[in-house]
Amino acid sequence: MSSISLAVRDSHTMLRRNLLHARRYPSLTLNLLFTPIMLLLLFVYVFGEAFSTGLGGGADRSDYIAYVVPGILLMTIGSTVVGTAVSICNDMTEGIIARFRTMSIHRGSVLIGHVVGSVLQSIMSIALVGAIGVAIGFRSTDASPAEWLAAFGLLVLFTTALTWIAVGMGLSSPNAEAAGNSAMPLVLLPMISSAFVPVDAMPGWFQPIAEYQPFSPAIETLRGLLLGTEIGNNGWITLAWVIALSALGYRWSKSLFNRDPK
Amino acid sequence: MTTTPPTEHAIAAAGLHKAYGDKKVLDGIDITVPTGTIFSLLGPNGAGKTTAVKILSTLISADAGSGTIRIGGHDIATHPQAVRAAIGVTGQFSAVDGLITGEENMLLMADLHHLSKAEGKRTAAELLERFDLTDAATKPAQTYSGGMKRRLDIAMTLVGNPGIIFLDEPTTGLDPRARHNMWGIIRELVSDGTTVFLTTQYLEEADELADRIAVLNDGKIAAEGTADELKRLIPGGHVRLRFTDPVAYQSATSTVREATRDDDSLTLQIPSDGSQRELRSILDWLDSAGIEADELTVHTPDLDDVFFALTGSTDVPNQRQENVR
Repeated sequence: MSSISLAVRDSHTMLRRNLLHARRYPSLTLNLLFTPIMLLLLFVYVFGEAFSTGLGGGADRSDYIAYVVPGILLMTIGSTVVGTAVSICNDMTEGIIARFRTMSIHRGSVLIGHVVGSVLQSIMSIALVGAIGVAIGFRSTDASPAEWLAAFGLLVLFTTALTWIAVGMGLSSPNAEAAGNSAMPLVLLPMISSAFVPVDAMPGWFQPIAEYQPFSPAIETLRGLLLGTEIGNNGWITLAWVIALSALGYRWSKSLFNRDPK
Repeated sequence: MTTTPPTEHAIAAAGLHKAYGDKKVLDGIDITVPTGTIFSLLGPNGAGKTTAVKILSTLISADAGSGTIRIGGHDIATHPQAVRAAIGVTGQFSAVDGLITGEENMLLMADLHHLSKAEGKRTAAELLERFDLTDAATKPAQTYSGGMKRRLDIAMTLVGNPGIIFLDEPTTGLDPRARHNMWGIIRELVSDGTTVFLTTQYLEEADELADRIAVLNDGKIAAEGTADELKRLIPGGHVRLRFTDPVAYQSATSTVREATRDDDSLTLQIPSDGSQRELRSILDWLDSAGIEADELTVHTPDLDDVFFALTGSTDVPNQRQENVR
């Protein structure tokens, strides 16, 4: 068997194992969904009236829904990958991983199975949170099929990048609590992005941080694709982030996994 | 599915070194295991047994300066995947996926060995049946008892028909019945021509199963040979007299001068080969000297003695008592 088809076959086997885990024990994924959904409802129904004035031009709550939903969708990714960090850290403590390491299988398949499984779970989470967004009144204004496709592609790529980072965090953490903590920035970063208020409304010294951290360009790109706002060079910045984070996370995870286990 | 090329030695390792920081875990050990035999690495906790298994099974690498390690004829440093294809490993801590069922664990192994769906199902069903797990096959593995987990663990190891199997303390934590079951399973493995590398801290287990035994202590092989060869390394057995009355014990110690004393437990050990004639003469002599012990046991040399003699340990673990006959 060639090494490519070996990699595909073994990764597929590992993916099925991870999906089986997720199906049997869905509580972790569902718990993580709680944060973005609560924030969505909180910001729309409690702060929405006040925050919408920040958007300018006599915006009201329905405008704020349109503004906040793309941010919440990307935040959902950040929350879901915390689960990835925790579950991969837990998995590494299992004896079965030692068994995999002594088997003549494609070595990367263990991680690839986790990453693909996690991306699929994130997509489902995004769909669920997106459905809630639609239920409370979010509508895309004029997105063409190509723009929908691009939006989907953006979400998948962004998820993949954050997932590889989360895998590295999970592998480098001694236990599940530490893994959860080290992945917390992925939940907190959207808070200091353009997800809830425009970057212009932030203090001047903070604006560059908020503007160029990974979440803001991705959120602005998604808004542009779904709502027809100005994307500018946010698309390229997002792409650069996605490539950089994926490559970094992949290499980091790989070297951590290839270390001698304790 | 995987076959080991015909070689004289299934395992041949020279000068294994492994240190974690300042602590030398393995300090230059040589291991040779002829194909189709059971080899037992015997040693107390912390002797380095698990480290040796981890190195030989490709899980961790030996330190620089170690000699060549060949498993199934393949050099572990240059062809780790060929080694992995030839071996099966059951670690000390169960290597089963607790979140999925026993059957799913078996099918996972079948998939990773690239068996066809039908073949995988058949192999899984056969092995589950052979290890008496058919009834529990649809329950999550984390609900299994310790003995069932070990059986599932070994069943998973056997899916690819490995020619060389590493069993790291396969009976630690099992009750006596489960331990005897496991022994039966291990004996069955070798009858098929499989080579077994077994680590254990139970001397009795090495004695029961192994063709050759190496005693590992403090990262070094203290002795190696068959169980009988090892037993010959130490002086013969003894008769043990135990007293409950300190006064009787004191008077006995003053009479029986060649005995080894243990004042804490009020016991005396008199050297003896355990033959009927010598036993009778000891009894006659005790009678004539008016010594009456509350308990008399005859102790023939066993691997415990070898072990304690070689490792210089003075601790007497519980299991020593079991072997006193």
